[in-house]
Amino acid sequence: MKFNETDLTQLHEDLQTKKISAKELTKAAFDRIKETDDDVKAFITLNEDEALKRAEAIDNEGIAADKLLAGVPLAVKDNIVTKGLKTTAASKMLENFTPIYDATVIEKLNAQDFINVGKTNLDEFAMGGSTENSAFFTTHNPWDLTRVPGGSSGGSAAAVAAGDVIGALGTDTGGSIRMPSSYNNVVGLKPTYGRVSRWGAIAFGSSFDQIGWITNSVKNNALLTEIISGQDDHDMTSSDRQVPNWAASLNENTNVKGLRIAVPKEYLDEGIQPGVRAVINNALKHFEELGAIIDTDVSMPHTKYGVPAYYILASSEASSNLQRYDGIRYGFRAPDAKTLEEVYVKSRTQGFGDEVKRRIMLGTFSLSAGFYDAYFNKAAKIRTLIAQDFANVLKDHDLIMGPTGANPAFEIGSEIADPKTMYMNDILTVPVNMAGLPAMSLPAGFDNGLPVGLHIIGKAFDEQTIYNAGYVFEQTTDFHKQMPKLGGQD
Amino acid sequence: MNFETTIGLEVHVELKTHSKIYSPTPVEFGDEPNANTNVIDWAYPGTLPTLNKGVVRDGIMAGLALHAQISKHMHFDRKNYFYPDNPKAYQVTQSETPIAHDGWIEIEVNGKKKKIGIKEMHIEEDAGKNTHTSNYSYVDLNRQGTPLIEIVSKPDIASPEEAVAYLEALRQRIQFTGISDVKMEEGSMRVDTNISIRPIGSDKYGTKTEMKNINSFNFVKKALNFEQQRHEKVIMAGGTIAQETRRFDEATGETISMRTKEGSDDYRYFPEPDIPPLEVSDEWIQEIEDAMPEMPGERRARYTNDLGLSEYDAMVLTQTKEMSDFFEATIALGADPKKAANYLMNDVNSYLNDKQVDLQDTKLTPANLAGMIKLIDDGTISSKMAKKVFKGILDGQEPAAYAEKNGLVQLSDPAKLQPIVDEVLANNQQSIEDYKNGKDRAVGFLVGQIMKQTRGKANPGVVNKLLMKALNEK
Repeated sequence: MKFNETDLTQLHEDLQTKKISAKELTKAAFDRIKETDDDVKAFITLNEDEALKRAEAIDNEGIAADKLLAGVPLAVKDNIVTKGLKTTAASKMLENFTPIYDATVIEKLNAQDFINVGKTNLDEFAMGGSTENSAFFTTHNPWDLTRVPGGSSGGSAAAVAAGDVIGALGTDTGGSIRMPSSYNNVVGLKPTYGRVSRWGAIAFGSSFDQIGWITNSVKNNALLTEIISGQDDHDMTSSDRQVPNWAASLNENTNVKGLRIAVPKEYLDEGIQPGVRAVINNALKHFEELGAIIDTDVSMPHTKYGVPAYYILASSEASSNLQRYDGIRYGFRAPDAKTLEEVYVKSRTQGFGDEVKRRIMLGTFSLSAGFYDAYFNKAAKIRTLIAQDFANVLKDHDLIMGPTGANPAFEIGSEIADPKTMYMNDILTVPVNMAGLPAMSLPAGFDNGLPVGLHIIGKAFDEQTIYNAGYVFEQTTDFHKQMPKLGGQD
Repeated sequence: MNFETTIGLEVHVELKTHSKIYSPTPVEFGDEPNANTNVIDWAYPGTLPTLNKGVVRDGIMAGLALHAQISKHMHFDRKNYFYPDNPKAYQVTQSETPIAHDGWIEIEVNGKKKKIGIKEMHIEEDAGKNTHTSNYSYVDLNRQGTPLIEIVSKPDIASPEEAVAYLEALRQRIQFTGISDVKMEEGSMRVDTNISIRPIGSDKYGTKTEMKNINSFNFVKKALNFEQQRHEKVIMAGGTIAQETRRFDEATGETISMRTKEGSDDYRYFPEPDIPPLEVSDEWIQEIEDAMPEMPGERRARYTNDLGLSEYDAMVLTQTKEMSDFFEATIALGADPKKAANYLMNDVNSYLNDKQVDLQDTKLTPANLAGMIKLIDDGTISSKMAKKVFKGILDGQEPAAYAEKNGLVQLSDPAKLQPIVDEVLANNQQSIEDYKNGKDRAVGFLVGQIMKQTRGKANPGVVNKLLMKALNEK
């Protein structure tokens, strides 16, 4: 069974009426994973035995009507800690690390009796845009196995695209949910900063990180995001804003009439590949036909500073966050270390990959005495300017749209030696994290057979308007119904 | 050449909150290593800090106690460095926005009063503890995350004596707020010093040397004295002072170079992203101010103005909060303030000095001290007997019962004393004659006889009254 078109509400009903058992469903998920994952390599760790046991227990207990996720197989990015299940962050540093506690999002999913099928691949510590920085292996794009799935939540996006699961958790620090969603023709939403507790998400850039879902549809995404949202005493940056039932207003009456959509000129400039630009222009035309008002006379002048400022700030935070991996208490310790100094230097030298080291150096430099003002401080000021750009535009627009990425998925190995090019891929996604806003990538069409995502950015805590627009677009197009030709074609 | 000395002090005070500053684990000492730790204290992947509001409250109270300005907007900063007792490899502290700044405390040295400025105060977390054996090093994280307040003086301290006076005043004020035990010997108060000298009139400070974690006021004074003289000798000999950290050797009374500081350590401070900036409302500050216990100065004023104690007595009684609280509790139970003060300042203090213990370590209670004073006041016991009863109450005995049991009760009942007076008079006709002839000495003799008869238990006041009445009637 493939989960590409499975509707969560329908599935819940089928489970409740015993049309299918949780165990059968879980088995089906693992069957599909076995069909696809030799090629795709989306998973670092499969939780098969535990998942089947859990499914059986849930079948015995019965599916509770108020537990939408009871018996539903889902996947989790491997930088979100799971009690008793290895959590590696795709790093040699945590290769054999089994956490003793659950992330808040996992606790919430457990309360719903979900089935955790396994942990998905990512760029080491979520640093990268291709999963090529995973210490273990690269995930392949189901649409073209020679191409990257995007990153850092590449395993999660590929698993959903491959039909392994309805949804997979991701994290998004600078585009890590949205970019792989765009490359894989799936729906990915980064909620507003503070919407979802970060407790248990292995920190990368703490003031940017946010957990969210990659799913096969907008409505499923809304249902799943609602479940993991809300204030958490473990995370002081989580918001006590009320969490709406977003999916409740996604129905035949949902429309985009009069919706004011801004398309900043920087979002469709010459840096965007023509094929991508064409897809996005068609999508915008479609919205116009549905009654939305498209405003292209908008500028976000600080967009171009987003990438450099982001890489300074997020790397600075990362350089500090990753200091705890010192070989003392848990994780990798260099076997040949003899002194304290060697435990630090050798463990970190051997335990971290190149990209992580690059960012630690970048961040450490940016925070150093004598450079702080020129780098960290200046980047923090740019962050404020970028947030102002958004505030100005969103003052009289409901949403901002553009492409998620400037290009579709690139070939494995083509950019890995050129970090600057790789970083520039994030030019349209990182500003959103700088401002803490919610944003979605939505299947919008194809460029030479490769998926292209539409980027929909909303006001803080207004995920609803994003979901509404995404839902209407999805209901009136069939891009999301297209599936990659992959293992066991049918 | 004459020099002037500049001393700066950084004092760390450990707070007595129930839980740690950024995690809910308890602050307890003496437990098994790592018993009071959780995933946050280990810096486990995915964990986040949650700020203990009680620490902010205590920090504000300390700020108010030191006449400092409270910051209305503050955030926390990360101070980055690697060490095994520092599991995150950064300390969450305050760098840009101290909880309080620009305070002062008054000191008195050789009868001269002086205000010492306080530059700023930070709230931050303590580190764990490393211990080393020949083969292994151990890390105990029980102390990791214990809340601290760091109090940084302005360079107003001009001598080792002033430094100690500052530390004493600081300890006293913090102790009176009740937020910390402020005990050097237990590490709940720790002192880092820096000192420099310069020719009088020079507008540039000399090079300073630092000493960390000196563990008594006495050693602070000795260490600073040594450094002051060493600086002078070096400079007079044409040498220069190296900027360095030195260690005070308690055995020799000298300081020894530890390492030379080349420039300063780079801690790469930046704002802590996991704790949102904090707004402190005027209402909250007011609330804390209203809840603030009386400070020693206020108590001293009350003792002299309302209770009629001398300045000196008031000062001795407010030396420690324990003593002052004990005094308050004793007089609240009705004891005469002057008597209570005298007992605490003399008998109790000399006992404490003798045994080298703190008041709270004894079995003495305000109720028993007040009870004993009451027994003296109502004539149940004499002041001589009181010396013996005092030993009893030091041992936790209830004074009335103790006096009763040990036969330390005065004979005050006139009905019981009258026959004895009559008998003594009947046996000493000569003394009656002497009294009538104006020899007052005879009265003393007669009292002595009565006391002898009662084996010293007769209440001298009552005896006197009965005796005089009888004599005058003869």
